Amino acid sequence: MLIINCPWCGARPEIEFRYGGEAHVARPADPAAMSDQEWADFLYNRTNPKGLHAERWRHIHGCGRYFNAVRDTVSDFFVTTYKAGEPRPDIGESGQ
Amino acid sequence: MTNRFRTHSGGRIDRGAPVSFRFDGKTYSGFKGDTLASALIANGVHLVGRSFKYHRPRGFLSAGSDEPNALVNVARDAARMSPNLRATQVELYEGLKATSQNRWPSLGFDAGAANDFVSPFLPAGFYYKTFMWPAGAWKRFYEPKIRAMAGLGVAPTLPDPDRYTQNYAYCDVLVVGSGPAGLAAALAAAESGATVWLVDEQPELGGSLLAERTATIEGKPAQQWLSDTLATLAAKDNVTLLPRTTAFAYFPHNMIALAERVTEHLAAPGADLPRERLWQLRAREVVLATGALERPLVFPDNDRPGVLLADSARTYLNRYGAKPGDRAVIFTACDAGYRTALDLAAGGVAVVAVADLRREVHGELPARALAAGIDVRPATVVTGTTGRLRVSGARLAKIKGGPSVDPVGASETLACDTVLMSGGFTPSVHLFSQSRGKLVWDAASGAYLPGSSVERERSAGACRGITGLQRVLEDGYGQGEAAARASRDASSPARGATPPPGASSKSFPAQADDLGTDGFIGATPHARNPAFTKAFVDWQNDVTAKDITLATREGFRSIEHVKRYTTTGMATDQGKTSNMNTLGIVAEALGESVPKIGLTTFRPPFTPTTFGLFAGAARGDQFDPVRKTAIHDWAAEHGAAFEDVSLWKRAWYFPKALPDGRREDLHAAVARECKAVRSSVGMFDASTLGKIEVVGPDAAEFMNRMYTNAWAKLEPGRLRYGVMLREDGFVMDDGVVGRLSSDRFHVTTTTGGAPRVLAHMEDYLQTEWPELDVWLTSTTEQWAVIAVQGPKAREVLAPLIEGIDLAKEAFPHMSVREGTILGVPTRLFSVSFTGELGFEVNVPAHYGRAVWEAIFAAGQPFGITPYGTETMHVLRAEKGYIIVGQETDGTQVPDDVNLGWAVGKAKKDFVGKRSLARASMSAPDRKQLVGLRTTDPKVVLEEGAQIVADPKAPVPVPMLGFVTSSYYSAVLGHSIALAVIKGGRARIGTRLSVPMPDRVIEVEIVEPVFYDPKGERLNG
Repeated sequence: MLIINCPWCGARPEIEFRYGGEAHVARPADPAAMSDQEWADFLYNRTNPKGLHAERWRHIHGCGRYFNAVRDTVSDFFVTTYKAGEPRPDIGESGQ
Repeated sequence: MTNRFRTHSGGRIDRGAPVSFRFDGKTYSGFKGDTLASALIANGVHLVGRSFKYHRPRGFLSAGSDEPNALVNVARDAARMSPNLRATQVELYEGLKATSQNRWPSLGFDAGAANDFVSPFLPAGFYYKTFMWPAGAWKRFYEPKIRAMAGLGVAPTLPDPDRYTQNYAYCDVLVVGSGPAGLAAALAAAESGATVWLVDEQPELGGSLLAERTATIEGKPAQQWLSDTLATLAAKDNVTLLPRTTAFAYFPHNMIALAERVTEHLAAPGADLPRERLWQLRAREVVLATGALERPLVFPDNDRPGVLLADSARTYLNRYGAKPGDRAVIFTACDAGYRTALDLAAGGVAVVAVADLRREVHGELPARALAAGIDVRPATVVTGTTGRLRVSGARLAKIKGGPSVDPVGASETLACDTVLMSGGFTPSVHLFSQSRGKLVWDAASGAYLPGSSVERERSAGACRGITGLQRVLEDGYGQGEAAARASRDASSPARGATPPPGASSKSFPAQADDLGTDGFIGATPHARNPAFTKAFVDWQNDVTAKDITLATREGFRSIEHVKRYTTTGMATDQGKTSNMNTLGIVAEALGESVPKIGLTTFRPPFTPTTFGLFAGAARGDQFDPVRKTAIHDWAAEHGAAFEDVSLWKRAWYFPKALPDGRREDLHAAVARECKAVRSSVGMFDASTLGKIEVVGPDAAEFMNRMYTNAWAKLEPGRLRYGVMLREDGFVMDDGVVGRLSSDRFHVTTTTGGAPRVLAHMEDYLQTEWPELDVWLTSTTEQWAVIAVQGPKAREVLAPLIEGIDLAKEAFPHMSVREGTILGVPTRLFSVSFTGELGFEVNVPAHYGRAVWEAIFAAGQPFGITPYGTETMHVLRAEKGYIIVGQETDGTQVPDDVNLGWAVGKAKKDFVGKRSLARASMSAPDRKQLVGLRTTDPKVVLEEGAQIVADPKAPVPVPMLGFVTSSYYSAVLGHSIALAVIKGGRARIGTRLSVPMPDRVIEVEIVEPVFYDPKGERLNG
């Protein structure tokens, strides 16, 4: 079971959290202005990288906050976590 | 029988504490400290089981958790009956009752042994090749027969009466394995002040030291050093010692699962103790000191009772004072055979000969064996054994040099009653591999060793290929020091580095035999007819060398495929004694090197683990949380039948007692309840509806974005039916929403959808629109909700309400007012999910039952009828009201279920709006919600049934849609159904078919509102 470092509460076991999909996929300001293809990209297409992945987690059985994490999808280890709204830390693309 | 094979002295058994036990109905005696295996061996009993497939007689192979043969059933009573326990791990207690398995009628004569004589017809993959015809016979005939013949123990049929507990724990350094490396590691970590857990699967800590006879450490006999070290560790507050505890699984981020057997070894377990404890231990650093497992040699007839691993025989002799026999032949590929030979000779067992697979034999241990007068035969193999239920002789032959048809010379049979074998030692890398560490092949020692780590762990001692007692101790100490250091460094990365060489700050002068790394992997040569010889690789699954070479001839190359085809390594021992030899045989057959063959995956658990341990307290009432409303107990007292809706218990229907003493069935109760609501008044516990209070200056804007409806113009005091979409445009939830003031909404959700809806709202509020000043609070548990429905609803409620004018004009349909009911504050909704005049009384949950009872009493003059969820379903279906999750399955846009009217077309944006604009979302052939009437009004369709135009059309028949809801309407006198059908609205008035297994039901497509289509009754 993973240990996840909630930026508000600190390190807690994985069972307190719920995964929230890829991070930094902002809802478009004016959806009506988008083409079907652009809207489909926003809705469905995700990067699914092998290596570092910025993703959302929610401390659902804790503070209830959404936050972001960078996790290595190869090793399943977290590199860092940070509050929602903060930019993705500059730590490259690869986890190796 | 009296311990004829017991030594006169020595060992760790308590000779002052005799213990009486039964095996297969016969009484034996042993001593405290014995295992079932050692006590049986001391009594001369080796025949303890029958093999899985051929029912061959089997004895003990090992002395530990790697034992594949000696599986027994231990029963305290009919409920406390554990099958498939390894006799080598079962501790003896007074009165223990064990029985052998997989034999009929008895261990000595087993009818299933006929399989052994027809074994030429039972090759690898036999099942796959044979039981293929006729098609239906596998389930009806073959599988039941095979299951009866094969299989191991029998599961108890009574519930387990014992208690199992589950604990979480934390430590700085976990040391797995308490042999010399583990003890030294624990010592080093403990001296640094770290909190240390030392766990071992055996009843005593000490590992290999428990069987040491002559070794010394720091000038003391090894056993003295062991007890001194354990005393030192036990005296430290920062050390936890856990014997009888198996580290059976290694999970990410150093979470190790430990199975502690608390009472299994006790004759009379105390009622206050759990039978087992599951520890979920989080360790900052882990030291794996799991040792090495001795490999058997694969030679013909190597499975006869009396054929044991050499070092296991030494353990029985030195640790338990149990001699494996009177006359031993030893077959070895390493120096372990000589160490056993010397100890046996010293213990009074005649060593007939040592056959050494190696061409040249030198070194200290062989020299000492020769000096002791033991018949040492280099370049010699055992090519078979004699005997039936016990080995009576071993056939020895010289290995010929160079390539030849017959790899060995003429054989000579030596009489003996035990054959002891050693193919060398396999480092026990199970947990390391489970931690996802990378194994590397070490050609020098012929073993897979831990390479780079993923977790914060390090291996120490024999499990990473280190030999020699002093080197093992110093490696353990060095790894313990390194682990303690690393545990203090919170900033060190989660991922560990490759363990450094065991640079120990302390030296452990020790004198002991170094066995080196010699060994053999594969099948040893012989010149016998392969058709009539069985050289076992996997004892438990009855896999022979021949089976594995056959698999390679049939084209299997990958070791994972060979494993599954032959089942080698797939028994309950998970191939602890067989995997490496399998690799050797495959490598030789394919002409490849061992590392080229690959390695099968190590998976948890390390040894079989009980279901009780995993279940813990989660049984019966504790299995799952149960949510009950404030009115639940009243419903139960009034005979309600309940159904589960998510975690809630909901009253399903209220069956009345009939004059003959029976109770109404579901249909009678529902018919009565429906008629009562339509003709007078009924009451319903709607407390399980999800409730969310949406509050703040931007609450209306937030609601506008989250729901399809327009909220800005909804006046305080009014209700609106809200539809919530996912961003992909599909209906996610619905519910009635009340606006209490400009900045406060009382939102209701479906019963099962409440957490999902709140999470959805929080997601948008926190991450997309953090600028909105809105607060969301779950209030599901705070409100009890009593629906009062029917033409008399107002008359029932009016006398109880204060501060709210219930007159039609003052309190129209779809309104909310705050006031009191019997002095209890209420949010009163005028709302209906039945199509009748209706109210929903929201009161604080703790007043729920009192208010319910008061309404029930006030309603008596009108025959007020409590109704359950089934009646609620029928009444709403009569009105064509959907249930999200029943009429929808996550692929319906609002218009598909006739909710297009609820979509605020003028709104610029809301969640899901852009998706609704896609052309396919308004295609005319989308599945649309319609009603169905069966031609025969009595026929009630099955929910989920498919709807087609022409049931005689060629297969595959085009499916037009399916039934989503179906009931018999007692009020209307005919069945009703809702369905989603392609282009359904355009088909109203036409007929379609519902094909069932036994008939085809004709249906007419109708409007989905069956009752009061104009909605006149709502305003009562």
